[in-house]
Amino acid sequence: MTDVTDGTGPAGPPSTLASGGRGVPDGMDPHSGRERVGFFTDTSVCIGCKACEVACKEWNAIPEDGMSLTGMSYDNTGALGASTWRHVAFVEQTRPAPEGRTELPLLGGRSGAGTASGGGEPQGAGVPGGATAQETVEGGSGGDIRWLMSSDVCKHCTHAACLDVCPTGALFRTEFGTVVVQEDVCNGCGYCVPACPYGVIEQRPDDGRAFKCTMCYDRLGAGQEPACAKACPTESIQFGPLDELRARAALRVDQLHEAGVTEARLYGEDPEDGVGGDGAFFLLLDEPEVYGLPPDPVVTTRDLPAMWKHAGVAALSLLGACGAAFVAAAVTGNTGRGRG
Amino acid sequence: MTSAESSLPRRADEGGRHGRHRRGGRRRGEQLMVPKAEFQSYYGRPVIKPPSWEARDIAGYFFLGGLAGGGSVLAAGAHLTGRASTAKAMKVSSLAAVSLSAAALVHDLGVPSRFYNMLRVAKPTSPMSVGSWLLAAYGPAAGAAAATAVTGRLPRTGALATGAAALLGPALASYTAVLAADTAVPAWHGVHRELPYLFVASATAASAGMALAVGPTRENAPARWAAGLAAVADVAVSQAAERRLGMVAQTWREGRAGTLLKTAKALTVGGAVTAAVLGRRSRIAAVAAGAALLAGSACTRFGVFAAGTASAEDPKYTVVPQRERLEAAKAKAETAATAAETEKG
Ligand code: SF4
Ligand code: SF4
Repeated sequence: MTDVTDGTGPAGPPSTLASGGRGVPDGMDPHSGRERVGFFTDTSVCIGCKACEVACKEWNAIPEDGMSLTGMSYDNTGALGASTWRHVAFVEQTRPAPEGRTELPLLGGRSGAGTASGGGEPQGAGVPGGATAQETVEGGSGGDIRWLMSSDVCKHCTHAACLDVCPTGALFRTEFGTVVVQEDVCNGCGYCVPACPYGVIEQRPDDGRAFKCTMCYDRLGAGQEPACAKACPTESIQFGPLDELRARAALRVDQLHEAGVTEARLYGEDPEDGVGGDGAFFLLLDEPEVYGLPPDPVVTTRDLPAMWKHAGVAALSLLGACGAAFVAAAVTGNTGRGRG
Repeated sequence: MTSAESSLPRRADEGGRHGRHRRGGRRRGEQLMVPKAEFQSYYGRPVIKPPSWEARDIAGYFFLGGLAGGGSVLAAGAHLTGRASTAKAMKVSSLAAVSLSAAALVHDLGVPSRFYNMLRVAKPTSPMSVGSWLLAAYGPAAGAAAATAVTGRLPRTGALATGAAALLGPALASYTAVLAADTAVPAWHGVHRELPYLFVASATAASAGMALAVGPTRENAPARWAAGLAAVADVAVSQAAERRLGMVAQTWREGRAGTLLKTAKALTVGGAVTAAVLGRRSRIAAVAAGAALLAGSACTRFGVFAAGTASAEDPKYTVVPQRERLEAAKAKAETAATAAETEKG
C-alpha cells in the first residue's frame, strides 16, 4: 500500500518547507499538541567527563565503534556517527597576550552570577551545580591554555534535512517535536547522510541502515528525561520544554557576559536561522567551527523548489534540443531515408 | 588529500586551525581581520558526512539514467521520422540502461531487500522518492517500447510506450541533479541551479553518442546535431557552475574530480566535433565519436561525484562559504544601520 504523505512517516505531522508547512512552530508540536522538548547544552560548565557518551551507549545499547586513539586531546570518540550519538569535543587553545581577553580563575566562581567586580577583573561565573567555567591557569598569572569541552548531539532541527530527503518515511517527527529513524523501515539508501548540515546521521557499515540520536524516544514516552541529561553531573546538558530552555539560555548568556565572558554565545537557538532553530542548541565559548559545527547551516530543502523548477526547465530543454536536432537534420536535407 | 594531513595527532591550536588568525583584542565591533579562506576547524575534521554511496553505483546511476532518458527522446524522434533501425537500437539501449541503473540503485542500498520501502510513500521533498516513482513509471514504458520494437508486435502500443518514455525520459535525466544538489554537500548544493542543465547536457551527449554508435550513418544526422548542442551546453554550463561555486570550484578543478572533468570536456567536445566532421561519411568515425561522447558523459558524472566527495571531506568548503555569508550579512546590516543613522542626523 502506498501511503502518500508530505514528508513524514506514519506518526509524524508534516514537517517541512517544501510541503508548505513551516516546520514545527516554537513550543508546540502542532500534531500532538504536546510541548516540543529539547536539549540546551551549556558548554561553559562541561567538565569533559563523558558520562553522557557512556549513558547514551548504555541506554540505547549502541555497539562499540572503534577503540583507537585519535591524538585529538582527550577526544578518542572523534565525531558523531551511527554508533556515537553524544560526542564530547575537547579543544585545547593556546591564547596569545591576554590583552582584553577574559580570564577566569581556576577555583573562583562560588560567588554567584553577575557580580563581576573590580575593574574588569572578572569572577568565575557561578553555575548551577557548582562547577566553574573552565580556564586552566598554568604557571601563575599568565594563563595561556584554555580548554573547551562540548557535548555534541543531533540537533533535532525544526527543518530537518534528513527527514525531508528520506524516501521511505523511516525518519519522522515525533509527538515531542524530535526527529527519529524507524529502524524497521529504513532501507539504508544513505540519502540522509550527506543531507544533514551537521554531519550527524550515518549508516552502520555492517548493518547498512542509518542511526542517530532519538533523544531517548522510549524514555520520553515514559516521562523520563534522556539518559545523557540524566547522567550529566554539571547540568551542562539540560533537557526540557524548548521554550523554557531558550529563556534559561538567554539568561545564562547575559550572566556570563556580565561576568566578563564576552565570548559566550548561543548556537542554534534562533528560530530564524537556516534550519528554523535547533531542538538541541548550545552555549559556546568560541566560534562554532572551532567545535566542528557549521557556522551558518541551512536546510538544503530550502532551495528545493528552485531545484525542481530548474530541473523542469532542464528536462524541457532536453526535449527541445533533441527536437531541434531532428528539425535541423530535416532542414539540412537529411531525412534519414536517403542512401546515406 | 586532507585526511592524511588531518589524521596526524596534533593539537587544536596548531593544525586544527588552518591559517588561524586570532583576532586580537575586543571581539565586539572588531575590524574584519580574518583574511579570506582562512578558517578554523575541529582538528581538520569534516563538518558534514560525505555520502557513503559507491561512486560506481550512484555516479553510474546518474550516467545510466541520463543515457536511458535522453535515449528515449532520440528513439521517439527516430521513430517519428522513420529512422527505424536507430529507433529500435535506442529503445533497446534505453531499456538496458534503465535496468542497469535500477540494479545499481538497489545494489547501493544498505538493505537491498527493503527496496520496496521506496514506494511506501511519495514525498516531493525527497528527490529519491520522486526518482523511485519516476523509475517505476518510466521502466515499464521503456520496456514496452523496446519489446514491441524488437518483436514488431502491437505497433500502436509500441508507439504509445515510445511516446510515454520520451516524455518521462527527460525528467529521469534531470532529476538526478536534484538528487545530488539536495544535500549539504558544498560542491553539489552550491550549483543547485546549474546542475540540472549540466546533467541534461551530459545525458544528451551520452544518448547522441549511443545513437551514433549503434545507428547507421544515413540515419545519424539528428544525433550529430544533438551531440553538438550537448557539447556546447556542457562547456557553457560547466563554466557557469564553476563561477557560481567561488572557492568551492577548487573541488571541480583539482584532484580526481579535476582530472575526470577535464577528460570529460575533451571527450565530449572531441566526440561532437568528430561526429560533425566525419560522422556522416565514416561508420568507424561515427562509432568512435559515439564512444567518446559516452565516455565523456560518464566522466562528467564521476567527476561531479568526486568533486562532491572532496568538498564534503574538507571542512574548508563547508566553513569558509558559510563564514563569508555571515560576514556579508553582518556588513550589510552595519551599512544599513549607518545609513539609517546618517539619515536621522
Ligand atoms: S542534526 Fe542532522 S540528523 Fe539531526 S535532525 Fe538535523 S538534519 Fe537530522
Ligand atoms: S538511510 Fe534510512 S533513514 Fe536515511 S534516508 Fe534512507 S531510508 Fe531514510
